[in-house]
Amino acid sequence: MIWNEKMECASRDEMAAVQSERLIQTVQRIYHNIPSYRAKMQEKGLVPGDIRSVEDLSSLPFTNKTDLRDNYPFGMFAVPMSEIVRVHASSGTTGKPTVVGYTRNDLQMWAEVVTRALCMAGVHKSDIVQVAYGYGLFTGGLGLHYGTENLGATVIPISGGNTKKQIQLMQDFGTSVIACTPSYALFLSEVMQEMGIDPDSLKLRVGIFGAEPWSENMRREIESKLKLKAIDIYGLSEVVGPGVSCECEQQAGMHVNEDHFIPEIVDPKTLEPVAPGELGELVFSTVTKEGIPILRYRTRDLTRLIYDKCDCGRTLVRMEKCTGRSDDMLIIRGVNVFPSQIESVLLEMSETEPHYMLIVEREGSLDILKLLVEVQEQFFSDEIRELEALRKKITANIQGTLGISVDVKLVEPKTIERTAGKAKRVIDNRKI
Amino acid sequence: MKTKQVSVFLENKSGRLNEVAQILGNADINISAFTVADTSDFGVLRLIVSDPEKACEVLKENRFSVRTTDVVLVNSPNRPGALSRMLQILSAEGVFIEYLYAFSMDNDTAVIVIRPTDIDKCVEKLENHKDDLLGKNGHYRL
Repeated sequence: MIWNEKMECASRDEMAAVQSERLIQTVQRIYHNIPSYRAKMQEKGLVPGDIRSVEDLSSLPFTNKTDLRDNYPFGMFAVPMSEIVRVHASSGTTGKPTVVGYTRNDLQMWAEVVTRALCMAGVHKSDIVQVAYGYGLFTGGLGLHYGTENLGATVIPISGGNTKKQIQLMQDFGTSVIACTPSYALFLSEVMQEMGIDPDSLKLRVGIFGAEPWSENMRREIESKLKLKAIDIYGLSEVVGPGVSCECEQQAGMHVNEDHFIPEIVDPKTLEPVAPGELGELVFSTVTKEGIPILRYRTRDLTRLIYDKCDCGRTLVRMEKCTGRSDDMLIIRGVNVFPSQIESVLLEMSETEPHYMLIVEREGSLDILKLLVEVQEQFFSDEIRELEALRKKITANIQGTLGISVDVKLVEPKTIERTAGKAKRVIDNRKI
Repeated sequence: MKTKQVSVFLENKSGRLNEVAQILGNADINISAFTVADTSDFGVLRLIVSDPEKACEVLKENRFSVRTTDVVLVNSPNRPGALSRMLQILSAEGVFIEYLYAFSMDNDTAVIVIRPTDIDKCVEKLENHKDDLLGKNGHYRL
């Protein structure tokens, strides 16, 4: 079923007309309500009237994650706080999170795009959807929740964790759709096996997996182990949350809800638009959002766009699975981690430049984050109990900042290789 | 006697201790005593050496994390009950000990290395009880 045929199956011309009209209005609103972006436009000598259609989009300045940090917490909001009905937050590049706000209309729009995504995935009103994304500041849980309700399907708002209970409810409630991170899906299958539960005895038929990168191999593994169709969903809180794009049952790229979020691909070095179909960095402009409308937001995700009509009947542009990042962000168990966050935690503790290295490994289906910290003079105590206390403090501080557990190991000063003065900070051993 | 103990941070990896021993040997530094305090991942090697300053210098050159710690060296009679007598005094005087270890120089004398929380207090109390601690042959000295 196609939820909004008018938009999802529009011709390219019809879509461009909708996008142009909405973009013009968004530029006006941003120019008049967000001083930091207005300054950027003025620097380029642009006034809102210069943007006459979606063709002019590439003349606008970019928005970066740092713009959200610099205007922390609410400086990028385009409406008074009395109009904001909810906030969400994701990790920033350093200590402070990236905060986004939603008006009542924004939440309605978000529910609509998630409903479209669920329909793309083949979910019906009669389905029972278990939402095992975290509920809270993270957009995953509540995003899927309201989209499911909007569709009219039944939602089980179980949130993340509690794996045995997840499986028990799948059995008892007859869950037909599971929404979680792909690595958690694999973990669920492992625990099922340990519990002696045959996935064939469950009613699962669709999985909506996102919030972290995963490969076609992983898709095949999940599909064979959980006996369901594994669908990739994409989103980021700065744009709206999950539902920015989603695969249809063809599993041939994620349809972008481009009447709300206009995608572009730029060369991450020159920042110029690439030729159609070329690989580059994905950039989004939201054209209906009120709370925190955002123009040309650099996602740092690398992908390409496919403009051909899909066999499902939708004409919405498709984006391929993201192949990597143009920055050093890691996604671990669905949580965004920047090495700079670790660095600022260590800096706070020692006041001198810390030497550290992050190692990410996949043990079974779960990502393990290990942090090696060199015991420099400033950290070194002669007493074991103080060194143990230091290790525990680093662990707790980093856990507090990142929101995920980390295995801290103290190492000798010469352990971490330095190349040309700049140390290698991250080793990602995951084979995704 | 107050002296400087050299402490080195070591990961639990084979060959590490030998590396330290080699560096000190090449620098012509003698090791009188050492002990290793360890956890599952790392350890702290504590050494009493002939030249603590130089030992630190050469180890730092080889990029080890090194520091010196003040410790008290006590020459004690090498016979049953001597350690207990000393500990009893320190305990009664409220001197807390972080750690200690010992080595013997010959059949008659043992050297006890003490890392107290308050080093000056420890030295003072031991001095005050000097007579109690003296063995028949008068071995005790700080």
